[in-house]
Amino acid sequence: MSFIAKPKVSHPGMPKNKLGLTSRDYEGTVSTLCAGCGHDSVTAAIIQAVFELGIEPHMLAKMSGIGCSSKTPAYFVSQSHGFNSVHGRMPSVTTGANAANSELTYIGVSGDGDSLSIGVGQFVHAIRRNLNMCYVIENNGVYGLTKGQFSASADIGSKPKKGEPNQQEPIDPVSTALSLGATYIARSFSGDKEQLVPLLKGALMHRGFALVDIVSPCVTFNDHEGSTKSYAHTRQFYHHVIDIDYVPPAEEIKAAYGEGEAMPIEMHDGSTIVLRKVDKDYDLTSRASAFKYLREHFNAGEITTGLLYLDESRAEMHELMGNIDTPLSHLPLDGLHPGSEELKKLQNRYR
Amino acid sequence: MKPTDTSNPDYFHKVVDCQRGCPAHTDVPAYIRMIAQGQFSDAYMENRKSNVFPGILGRVCDRPCEPACRRGRVEEKPVAICRLKRVAADHRDDITARLPKAPDQSNGKKVALIGAGCASLTVANDLAPLGYEVTIFEALQTTGGLMRTNIPQFRLPPKVLDEEIGYILDMNVDLKLNHSIDSLKGLLDENFDAVFVGTGAPHGKNLEIPGRYDSENIHIGIDWLESVAFEHVKSIGKQVLIIGVGNTAMDCCRTSLRLGAEDVKVMARKPRGYFKASEWELQDAEEENVEILINHSPKEFLIEDGKLVGMKFELMEYNIDENGRIDRGTVSGEKIIPCDDVVLAIGQDNAFPWIERDIGIEFNEWDCPIVDETTMMCGREGVFFGGDSAFGPKNIIWAVEHGHQAAISMHRYCQGESISDRLPDGLNLASQKMGMHEWSFSNDYDDASRRLMPHVDLKERFKQIDIEVELGFTAEQAVQEVERCLNCDIQTVFTADLCIECDACMDICPVNCLTITENGEEDELRTRLRAPAENLEQDLYVSADLPQTGRVMVKDEDLCVHCSLCAERCPTGAWDMQKSTILIPYAKDELSDEQVPLVAGSSA
Repeated sequence: MSFIAKPKVSHPGMPKNKLGLTSRDYEGTVSTLCAGCGHDSVTAAIIQAVFELGIEPHMLAKMSGIGCSSKTPAYFVSQSHGFNSVHGRMPSVTTGANAANSELTYIGVSGDGDSLSIGVGQFVHAIRRNLNMCYVIENNGVYGLTKGQFSASADIGSKPKKGEPNQQEPIDPVSTALSLGATYIARSFSGDKEQLVPLLKGALMHRGFALVDIVSPCVTFNDHEGSTKSYAHTRQFYHHVIDIDYVPPAEEIKAAYGEGEAMPIEMHDGSTIVLRKVDKDYDLTSRASAFKYLREHFNAGEITTGLLYLDESRAEMHELMGNIDTPLSHLPLDGLHPGSEELKKLQNRYR
Repeated sequence: MKPTDTSNPDYFHKVVDCQRGCPAHTDVPAYIRMIAQGQFSDAYMENRKSNVFPGILGRVCDRPCEPACRRGRVEEKPVAICRLKRVAADHRDDITARLPKAPDQSNGKKVALIGAGCASLTVANDLAPLGYEVTIFEALQTTGGLMRTNIPQFRLPPKVLDEEIGYILDMNVDLKLNHSIDSLKGLLDENFDAVFVGTGAPHGKNLEIPGRYDSENIHIGIDWLESVAFEHVKSIGKQVLIIGVGNTAMDCCRTSLRLGAEDVKVMARKPRGYFKASEWELQDAEEENVEILINHSPKEFLIEDGKLVGMKFELMEYNIDENGRIDRGTVSGEKIIPCDDVVLAIGQDNAFPWIERDIGIEFNEWDCPIVDETTMMCGREGVFFGGDSAFGPKNIIWAVEHGHQAAISMHRYCQGESISDRLPDGLNLASQKMGMHEWSFSNDYDDASRRLMPHVDLKERFKQIDIEVELGFTAEQAVQEVERCLNCDIQTVFTADLCIECDACMDICPVNCLTITENGEEDELRTRLRAPAENLEQDLYVSADLPQTGRVMVKDEDLCVHCSLCAERCPTGAWDMQKSTILIPYAKDELSDEQVPLVAGSSA
């Protein structure tokens, strides 16, 4: 951590978003993580994404559990809602919050420990119910807060700072989400904001469960030679498949794309995701082929990144439950609470 | 772009905008930190090393450092550098023991300095400690030149002048007052090894319009100020017009108010924004209820019965193009303004009636000698110029710098060495890291606004002509103002080999001045940075290729607030905060054959 706060002074030429705010207005308190932590870069990418989308800070809810990753919501968008929950229980708390107020944009920030070890049960069920949220996993393969033990995402053969290499199968959140039917699945790297920021923007605007798994090196416990989650290793084995550009609703697609590489996909809110295919054979609409591709490249030691799966057609939680469009929190009490007579009638229907 | 060569002293010197902007290159951030630590005498001596007259300049310097100050780009107002200089002078202890001294033995060389103004005094200051026998010839009965005759006492008290000039004269300098030199040829025939001309630009410009010579109440500004300074003039009429709107005009109008004038108008030919006077001098005059009338071009002095009764002006209209250039204007009418006295303050000229034209000194079309801008020597060997007499009217701090350079040349000339073969600037770099997140300087950005100089009450100040208007910063003001300094001399120094491209520095930088990106040509690279890099006067600091991706780290120096957060957030120490000291050579450094110590910077 640093002793001084980031000075309030800023570049006079900073761009402003549609609300007239600069990215500085989306900052939080100064980070207390280790200098050079990948999570701080993810924080910066989230700030940039939320700023560019022009989300009103009070319409954003940041959710987290426990861990280095789960501290980070304190470091962005100070003026938003936030809930720092029990370890691994962020998905349930977010489910509850979203059930009550569906009009907020939910971003959950979790880590490989919080989501793949203690909270793996919560994680998979949030995916099943297609909870409308952006779920970020800051994935560094170690438990940083408890001094660097392997987490459930550590690769076989990855060396710790001290001791023996890992021998247990890792849980890959991307493959897991793919098998459970998540509707927006992406992987990126904290050190590649050019790829990461558009992926986060797409994830925030996607209706349904959007997973962004981010390799985010632990600079203190997992950035050495032999680690498969270090800055150097990630850069060496980084494999782009589909990068995206996010184009807001009613905005013209201006960027120039090479022939055959751009493919626009319209999203629910009218915005567009333009796919920039690096590997032209990759089909991000097919779970089977995506899964095959991921395994092949995983076996080759590569880290497949980009937007890996997208399904805009599936219903999210409120639609699945047949809820009305108005957020429940906005309903008057008698709308939420029809009375004991109505309850009796309802119960009688199932006798 | 090629990796920036930070071992070239010029690179980091340019980052220290104030020091770069100062003709004498005073190490401003260094002395401001000394003030912050209460080391006023040290701050004074640091100033004196380069600008020789901290007490004088702390009051009346033209302050080229302040428009250059980075703080003025980051927010509106620069650091009050000049006022802080005065703080150092006001609060210093007796520093006489720390002053350079003349050695007991002369080095056998004699130099003559003509004029006892700031340029000549600087030459004396630099050469006397080396053993030169220095003689100053001054036409007037006192020292200081225009500093004493043209700057009113309510801005620059004589006591301050006497003290700082005394420091120099005390180094066995032979001062000959009331000794005007009427022939340079005659002086050259005397037994001097080198001669320095520091006679200023002593002729106020005249205004040849009808009625000019029909009244005794029309005065040339600088001559009139001199008469006031020597108490030959003690009063002026009730209604006074000042023609011209430069700094001399400001001194004339404020002096008039102290000699009994009740209604003083400054007549400007052009609109605001095209005035020559410094903004703060305009403010000080307007605070004293001087009226500045724009777009009035003098046409005629109106004389009735041999008495000046007014002036006729042409009313001007101007077109200003999109680049701010103003045309010559057209006349749209006429106006008569009554007055009792007129003071002409429309500029100064050099005049050298006492320099023979057949002694090897070439003169240009404005009848000024042709002087080399580096060596300060003219066409005749052994004759050097400095101050306003060299290149026309500039200011005190330029005269001081001319003096330093002339002293180096005179020394080399007297020692039989080439005067063009001069010592280069040097550079020292030293890390300021004290601990995990501790730096040896106050790195936090203080958002306090610029402190305002307290003034003597408007009623009080006119009671006597020598009441100094500016009171100097209070201790509280000084404490706040020093914290506004951004410590631009504490450089961000980057070592590419150590960088792991974690982006931490980019993410924390409050002014987005860092970018890791593909290298390119400067013009194109400037368009790809995280914040617009539109100030082309400020360099890009480009690293060598980074180890992991081959991209480069680019820093736009323009708005860096030197908060050191990039270095704090760097996990590998690739960024470090290092104090750069630019080693500026003076005549005394010529004494040894060794060059100024050069310490190479770290690799970029």
